[in-house]
Amino acid sequence: MDFKSSEQAVGPRSEDVLPTTATAAVKVVIVGGFGVGKTTLVGSVSEIRPLTTEETMTQAGVGVDDTQGVERKTSTTVAMDFGRISINEELVLYLFGTPGQERFWFLWRGLFEGALGAVVLVDTRRLEVSFDVIGRLEERGVPFVVAVNNFPDAPDHPLEELRSALDLPASVPIVLCDARQRGSSRDVLMTLMRYLQNLATTQEAS
Amino acid sequence: MSDAGGDWEESSPERLYVITGGRSGSSTPATLDLVTLIVARSGPAPGMQPEHAAITRICQAPLSVAEISAYLGLPVSVVTVLLSDLLAEDKVLARAPVQAARLPDRALIEAVIDGLQKL
Ligand SMILES: Nc1nc2c(ncn2[C@@H]2O[C@H](COP(=O)(O)OP(=O)(O)OP(=O)(O)O)[C@@H](O)[C@H]2O)c(=O)[nH]1
Ligand SMILES: [Mg+2]
Repeated sequence: MDFKSSEQAVGPRSEDVLPTTATAAVKVVIVGGFGVGKTTLVGSVSEIRPLTTEETMTQAGVGVDDTQGVERKTSTTVAMDFGRISINEELVLYLFGTPGQERFWFLWRGLFEGALGAVVLVDTRRLEVSFDVIGRLEERGVPFVVAVNNFPDAPDHPLEELRSALDLPASVPIVLCDARQRGSSRDVLMTLMRYLQNLATTQEAS
Repeated sequence: MSDAGGDWEESSPERLYVITGGRSGSSTPATLDLVTLIVARSGPAPGMQPEHAAITRICQAPLSVAEISAYLGLPVSVVTVLLSDLLAEDKVLARAPVQAARLPDRALIEAVIDGLQKL
């Protein structure tokens, strides 16, 4: 290990430094299956280049690998990308792009606790992943909206057809997006916030 | 993708064990969330463990626990142990994430909407 020499290189770039007035932070989780565009969405709307935090999953937690169907003997590194949006001088919003499999969620304790809400990013070619994710968020009581990422070779389903395929309640917003477009990713977050605003208003009224 | 912490040796479980002195993250205060903002009260002091020194150096301006983890190339579970040391010694301040109780939910959501609209 050569910590001293690397010390100078570690840390945020000067343009990524938060103002000292930043006193509060909130988080939103972007959750979806492999390759659905989580990192792309986080990156397109983040003010910093997405960062990565890694946890090591030990043998006991690995089990049978979904994609390989083989038992892994060694420990596995699981990465979570995240980005940041300064909302105002005091408030900072963090966006975490999280794998869809629940066994990964436990690697970051409290990932969903205190989160404002979640965006379920959906690839229409692999709906079953999203189906599981939606069920788990409902169990945990995490409010969420669904964003369908527009892949060119994906079959063109009407949103209402997707809604019933996903067994989504009528109250939960479902929108199309292009995760590569900053404006589109921003609109997805805005859809989530409007939904949360409605939930809060309904709660206050009852 | 991320070159942050690229000069660090791979965070093998053995190395992480050494950094934390064998403690696990489970005893850390529940107040340390991924988005708890950390600010150093002073700079690195002579004789500090290198990881402690690095945290106090990069936290001269507020940084979330997740960002500290990314920049140091260390898992969040290890960073929270290091931070609880620094908190106990009053070397850093933690600004807890916004709790629903602290701010009326709706005011918070509206602040986020205003911020997103400016993007
Ligand atoms: N056409 C199109 N391609 C996209 C879109 N979003 C992402 N992609 C592409 O899809 C691929 C996967 O995107 P990522 O953002 O890496 O997906 P991810 O969910 O982070 O993937 P993992 O972290 O590996 O699970 C990349 O090659 C992207 O360029 C989109 O909206 N439209
Ligand atoms: Mg990714």
